Amino acid sequence: MSLDVRPKSAPAPRRRRVLAHARLELVMLLRNGEQLLLTVVLPLGLLIGLTLTDIIDVGGTTRADRLAIVVPSMVALAVLSTSFTALAIQTGFERRYGVLRRIGTTPLTRSDVLVGKSLAVLAIETAQVLVLGGVGAAMGWRPDAIGLLLMVPLVLLGSAALAALALLLAGVVRAEATLALANLAYLVLASAGVVIPVDKAPERLQPLLDLLPSAALAESLRIATVDGSVDGYLVAVLVVWAGLAIAGVSRWFRWE
Amino acid sequence: MSDDAPTPASLPALAVTGLVKRYGERVVVDSLDLSAAQGAVTAVLGPNGAGKTTTLEICEGLRSADSGDVRVLGRPPRDLTLRARVGVMLQEGGVYGSVSVAEALTHAAALYRSPQRVGDLIAVLGLTDVATVPSRRLSGGQRQRLGVALAIVGRPELVFLDEPTAGLDPQSRRAVWELIATLRDSGVAVVLTTHYLEEAENLADHVVIMDHGRTLASGHPRDLVSSVASQTLRFTADAGLDLHGLAERLPPGSTTVEASPGTYVVTSPHLSDAMGHVSAWCVSLGIHPTSLSSEQRTLEDVFLDLTGEELRP
Repeated sequence: MSLDVRPKSAPAPRRRRVLAHARLELVMLLRNGEQLLLTVVLPLGLLIGLTLTDIIDVGGTTRADRLAIVVPSMVALAVLSTSFTALAIQTGFERRYGVLRRIGTTPLTRSDVLVGKSLAVLAIETAQVLVLGGVGAAMGWRPDAIGLLLMVPLVLLGSAALAALALLLAGVVRAEATLALANLAYLVLASAGVVIPVDKAPERLQPLLDLLPSAALAESLRIATVDGSVDGYLVAVLVVWAGLAIAGVSRWFRWE
Repeated sequence: MSDDAPTPASLPALAVTGLVKRYGERVVVDSLDLSAAQGAVTAVLGPNGAGKTTTLEICEGLRSADSGDVRVLGRPPRDLTLRARVGVMLQEGGVYGSVSVAEALTHAAALYRSPQRVGDLIAVLGLTDVATVPSRRLSGGQRQRLGVALAIVGRPELVFLDEPTAGLDPQSRRAVWELIATLRDSGVAVVLTTHYLEEAENLADHVVIMDHGRTLASGHPRDLVSSVASQTLRFTADAGLDLHGLAERLPPGSTTVEASPGTYVVTSPHLSDAMGHVSAWCVSLGIHPTSLSSEQRTLEDVFLDLTGEELRP
């Protein structure tokens, strides 16, 4: 067999490039068993466990009360696992293995890469929210209707802040350190205001916990789905985190 | 990106003038000049640390130069329009570990408007049996071939291949050589680095030998072999012959030496003349050589002459 290698070089349209990259990122995220455990199995297990048992006091006395707290908490946990931990680890190893470097010689631009990654993350988060919301609804979760709509911009904002933090981490430190730090941060952030609501933490710590992006996301989702309202302070916390992290990424992210 | 006029045939595919690159105090590329024609294979040779990969990476837009001028298809290396027109194979890495050969090539092909058919590329490079294997499980040679495939999947005008046949078995090496020859014959400019002098001698239209960041010699391999170094004549006879008479007969630039007792080595830029003079000298003195042979020097001899024989880290 012979190839026709006569030059015929032109980039594909941007839409095709971005979708191809999003598809590949999605495949890689889904193929990673450890990350699937973090993104799907753990939030789902905690949703069921924290609702049916009182091993951890998350608040609420009835199953409906507990579901009202636990479901949005698990959505926040799912966003944390996908937007932050999984994205940081994958991007860190892409740098480590020179993938981003090689991509820098192809028609895939940096913005194509970032949009592709974002689409992959959002696709997984959509599936996570549907699974968690579906299981929650089957168990009796009855969120506020407006709150359900409010979840969309809140998840997008929280995801942007956490994803930017993930890229900042992965783009600055070595892949091995990214792996360790992303997992450590996941454990700390998950327990600090996400799985266990902020109002269950010691009173002195509560103002500090509200400043964490993951806790701000979880708390704002709980308020939205229960009251159908938006807490301006928590949204401001997320906006500031997103702004700072995006500025940090554009200033310090190293592609190789 | 897509509406670029092709590079006029008179322009080189790659033109590097006075390129300088430093890492801290260390000068890695030192006033380097380099040119690669369209539709030709240019091989950049040099010992480890000569500055080959740094030079290539500057031309690929991956590193910035401290000074000098680099033109790739007539444009600065970081011009975004070049990304579709230039194919790059890095010396190592660059492929997602969890992604299979077919997935990696399908992803790369989707970035170009008229890419190679992935299946054909896989078959030509002998990767069919490992098409579904994650790249982290490939052997070094298979990974090299995947790197070559990724570099040409977009049907580029210019391809940079950094040690494309390193670690390949003879069959795979031959397949890559054939592919490079096909690229050249189809009008693609190929710039490659290699440690295999035989590869450069057989494949390249133009060879650049560099060391310490500088060009030491460049030209067609045949011209380099004939111009840079003399050819060698070796004969054996009685030990301890007085060679002064022979030296006087030989063409200018020739040398004579008794390399070991009874073994004489004559180097000369005009080997056929030298052979006649040696024969005549032997007859005139009644010497009966027990052997007389000429040695055609190779590119490797030229390379070692220019870069020395000491080991490099």
